[in-house]
Amino acid sequence: MSSDDESWYDEAAGPLVRPYAVTRGRTRPAASQLNMITLVVTVRAEIDTSELDAECVAILRLCQRPLSVAEVAAQLDLPLVVVKVLLSDLIESGSIIFRPPVQATRVPDKNLLQAVLDGVRRI
Amino acid sequence: MVSVESESQSGSALLASAVKILIAGGFGVGKTTMVGSVSEITPLSTEEMLTEVSVGVDDLVGIEDKTTTTVALDFGRITINPELILYLFGTPGQGRFWFMWDELAFGALGAVVLADTRRLDSCFPSIDFFERREVPFIVAVNCFEDAEFYRVDEVRQALAISQDVPIVLCDVRQRESSKRVLLSLLEYIIALAAAEAQAPAPAEEPATT
Repeated sequence: MSSDDESWYDEAAGPLVRPYAVTRGRTRPAASQLNMITLVVTVRAEIDTSELDAECVAILRLCQRPLSVAEVAAQLDLPLVVVKVLLSDLIESGSIIFRPPVQATRVPDKNLLQAVLDGVRRI
Repeated sequence: MVSVESESQSGSALLASAVKILIAGGFGVGKTTMVGSVSEITPLSTEEMLTEVSVGVDDLVGIEDKTTTTVALDFGRITINPELILYLFGTPGQGRFWFMWDELAFGALGAVVLADTRRLDSCFPSIDFFERREVPFIVAVNCFEDAEFYRVDEVRQALAISQDVPIVLCDVRQRESSKRVLLSLLEYIIALAAAEAQAPAPAEEPATT
């Protein structure tokens, strides 16, 4: 028996509202480029939120400073796939912009690596 | 309804981008502890759904009768500078969650494989994964108090990893120790990148023992 085989109860078992209800049955984000560390930030100065779902309003509030998709999901306690769908709606409507992660090519950029090294040294 | 006001700092925020490093290893080896010891935020947890589509990829013993389940991902953040954020992701359990590892490994700078000398074999799957995907990794032996002490060369022999892959000893509860592990990984990646730059024609097959 491995300890990976534990069962899930209560919160660990996931939300009672089916996640697809939040996204109205859609499972594929329009902006399929979104991944866990894509940074998203709210851009519109004034948005009429009366037409938006509560989750979208929460995302717009949360992303006043840039956050990764994974952080948004964690803060809102929603699965990543759901957050990606909601974010792509907000991106399409122009309320949110996103920045894909630095693409680590086969040989990552030396300056980037040095910046990360220096940054970790400072913590 | 309330309108959402955006802050003027968004302009500079647009320039920020992100990189990630993975913290892998067997169950209970200290992945989340390590993320927490260096992260500027309390480690967050998010979940990804394992759907029917993903089922059948790998070992699903115990959940064959479910159509969906979720996998928790723990992660932390280190703001390198205003333009660059480093995310540290603890990898989910090995075996049934391999499908998540693909997204996690995609674009990762590198990985730390945490090892516990009381059950070294629990890090074999992580090492195999990173070797296959050519993700640079180092091995960090988390020195549990009741564990027998092994020398680095003994660990290397037991794990059958190449001489080039750094092995470091650490105590991931200590911020400084976790930090040194990350620095070792980054120095290793920089050395690899420099070596690649010297030899522009990459070898198809990395040397194996």
